[in-house]
Amino acid sequence: MQTNPTGLKPKIALANSRVISFHVNGIPRMVDVSPWVSLLDALREHLDLTGTKKGCDHGQCGACTVLCDGKRILSCLTLAVMKEGSEITTIEGLAQDNHLHPLQKAFIKHDAFQCGYCTPGQICSAIGMLSEGKANSRAEVQELMSGNLCRCGANTNIIDAIMEIKNAGGYE
Amino acid sequence: MSHKPWIGQPVSRIEGQLKVTGVARYAGDYHVPELLCGYVVNSAITRGKILEIDTREAKAINGVVEVFTHQNRPSLAWFDLQYADMDAPSGAPFRPLQHDDIKYNGQPIALVVAETFELARYAASIISVTYKEERFSTDLESNKDKARNPKMGLATFLKPLPAKPSGDFDKAFSDATAQVSADFTHAAEHHNPIELFATTVVYEEDGKLTIYDKTQGTINCQLYVGNVFGLHYNDVRVISPYVGGAFGSGLRPQYQLFLSVMAALELKRSVRVTLDRQQMFTFGHRPPTMQQTRFGADAQGKVTALSHEALAETSQYEDYTEVVVNWSNMLYPAANTSFGYKLVPLDVFSPLDMRAPGGSTGMHAIESSMDQLAYALKIDPLALRLINYTDFDVTANRPYSSKELRQCYLQGAEKFGWSDRNPEPRSMRRGHKLVGYGMATGIWEAMQVLARVEALMTAEGKLEINSAVTDIGTGTLTVMTQIAADELGLPLENVTFSYGDSKMPFAPVQGGSFTVSTVGSAVKAAGKALRKKLLKKAKNMADSPLKNMSEKEVVFERGGIALKHNPDVIVYFKDIVATRKNKAIKTTNMAFPNVFKLKNYTRAAHSAAFVEVEVDEELGTIQVTRAITAVAAGNIINPKTARSQILGGMVWGISKALFEETVTDHRFGKYMNQNLAEYHIPVHADIHDLDVIFVTEKDEIVNELGSKGIGEIGLVAMPPAIANAIYHATGKRINQLPIHFDQLL
Repeated sequence: MQTNPTGLKPKIALANSRVISFHVNGIPRMVDVSPWVSLLDALREHLDLTGTKKGCDHGQCGACTVLCDGKRILSCLTLAVMKEGSEITTIEGLAQDNHLHPLQKAFIKHDAFQCGYCTPGQICSAIGMLSEGKANSRAEVQELMSGNLCRCGANTNIIDAIMEIKNAGGYE
Repeated sequence: MSHKPWIGQPVSRIEGQLKVTGVARYAGDYHVPELLCGYVVNSAITRGKILEIDTREAKAINGVVEVFTHQNRPSLAWFDLQYADMDAPSGAPFRPLQHDDIKYNGQPIALVVAETFELARYAASIISVTYKEERFSTDLESNKDKARNPKMGLATFLKPLPAKPSGDFDKAFSDATAQVSADFTHAAEHHNPIELFATTVVYEEDGKLTIYDKTQGTINCQLYVGNVFGLHYNDVRVISPYVGGAFGSGLRPQYQLFLSVMAALELKRSVRVTLDRQQMFTFGHRPPTMQQTRFGADAQGKVTALSHEALAETSQYEDYTEVVVNWSNMLYPAANTSFGYKLVPLDVFSPLDMRAPGGSTGMHAIESSMDQLAYALKIDPLALRLINYTDFDVTANRPYSSKELRQCYLQGAEKFGWSDRNPEPRSMRRGHKLVGYGMATGIWEAMQVLARVEALMTAEGKLEINSAVTDIGTGTLTVMTQIAADELGLPLENVTFSYGDSKMPFAPVQGGSFTVSTVGSAVKAAGKALRKKLLKKAKNMADSPLKNMSEKEVVFERGGIALKHNPDVIVYFKDIVATRKNKAIKTTNMAFPNVFKLKNYTRAAHSAAFVEVEVDEELGTIQVTRAITAVAAGNIINPKTARSQILGGMVWGISKALFEETVTDHRFGKYMNQNLAEYHIPVHADIHDLDVIFVTEKDEIVNELGSKGIGEIGLVAMPPAIANAIYHATGKRINQLPIHFDQLL
């Protein structure tokens, strides 16, 4: 188990902080956090996993979407202490042995991003959405991906990328 | 195996893998040991003075390091000029924490610095402030009587004021067979890139600063920090390798940069300040604007009279201007014109360029008025544009350097199926939905400014290109790599473009659709100079097979210099560098616009947008079901990233027409929807079938690349095309953006 491997913890002793442990991208991790620290900030500030992005901190933009026990969640609306014992997958954990996840490849192929800031959330959300099995059409994919905002306007390319992976199967 | 040009190929984004794996770090993603976090406190009133700001309780919290206010800030630069940046309009730039004055609602009034983000945020929430409130005005409409001419400044150079009147507008208008007049109202809009504005200031051991900043101009911010804090430019390095969208919001240094640098210098510690989403509404924005048009035409449809007046918001301390009313006469060569552009100073933060500033505002009014004129004349809207088509810019009395707008109209109409349109409003339907087709024209000037680029050939025979320019998601890294690879005939993997660092050669702010023309031309200039240098050194090599060869007799390909008539004879770059003890061969060059050639031509990109909307007859809900934008923007360096740029512009057009507006409660002078749930932008379910056509356009005048820039041209035609389609669907002409369902009930 690793505690504070990044050396990011402040010097001061914080009241009420507690050590929690969970798996992040398959690796057991422990973080010493105050109860008010969001999962998003725990990932970014304590574990240096800054691939997960903060766009609003209010659950309105989807940039912070991660997979928790296989389901997509908004890490900004989740307190880290709620996820003791969970399996968290972030954008950094999708590629296996340097092989990109098919959806990551599809995003590059379809130019499904410009600035790239909403991208980790879009990809994690799409993987969660596909395994929910509710989307049967392009229109339903659009609807079920509407919690993830893209300000560059890559919307059609994002949906094209997701549809390619959905149509390739493996998620039914 | 000769070199196949990279320019024109749909290369995938070079940084793509870093962006889809979360490796790409943005300004707020950098960690250094003992980094402090800052949180900003904003004014709760709109105008007045701070009587007291009580920070004692906040400072007493274990882990809070300091609270900065106007009372304890360090002494800073005195003169307005020292606060002016490359995009500063005429006036006195806003200075954070300068004194106890409140100029606008949301003004930063304190910075809490603490060991953790949560502590800083909490401490900021318990600071109590006593104000003396003063009367304020934030409403454009009710302050129309305060309108005045804008003050001239450096910014006026790139944003010319309206042309003087020509002919006799009043007479021509009253004599016209068809006359239309209309009033247009636009709300304020905020850029809202998904990345929050953030700055991480690393306080180095020698007291120098390395600053990771969210910006569209690394050197712009370096100069600003140096000037304001009295630092030597060499002691300030601004880096922004990845920028999570900006759309103009990063053209000026924002207040988190100032505050984080101030705190780092005072505390001699590394500090990061990230704004929250509410605070993203506390600086620049697209100004609310009111416009009036009066267009007249003769019986054949020739536009004879054009009048366009605009009234826009600015702040009390700067005269921010846009080019709103200059476009109609560039497109339609009427002889009788009258244009006006006035400002109303209000108690708000200075407006700021936002994607297609001015153009997206003005073109809505112009192209909606043209649609009205078409209906008044009973002429097809597309036919009316063709009747008034010109290759000559009467406003500057010179031809266009190239203009394939006619092809945009024709190819766009063909692909869209414009000929299927029944011109009668409310005549087309699909079930309970009314269907409307609308079209509009777009124009955006093609500019070029100054940039320098360094090119070097390494011992491995690889090309490195360096520029301070940023890549805000436009594809700059990829297209610059393509341009550079072609200069030396190399594969892309042997070219590295390094950027986003103020230590590198000068680049201006990234905006105005001028990055490819400006930095791309400098890449070409440096590539050309490097070719010359390499050939010269190759000729001087012992027993060189190129000894008496001129540049015309050789070709740069396969990682070396080959003879044109005998490609088997080649001297490899790495062998040339080896003769110099493997010391890289380098050159730094600046590209200048050819002003003597350019002054005889107007340079502009053009577009035509065709839009289909469906409007629910009972509910009034509007959907843009499909849209095509045909673009003439010269040489397209990378059709893949270029298409995405246009698609992005089209989504912005849909957003401007149907979704986004910042709503002010003028009783409080405060924006009321400072979050992404209430500040609406389109979601995936709102965006349907979008298509892009790039028409072939050769331009040997505009710049060496023949490329005009595509950042804004995808946006400008969309809002009027949508408004016109809504009219066609419903018979209702709504001239206020955004158009909401309730206006159609």
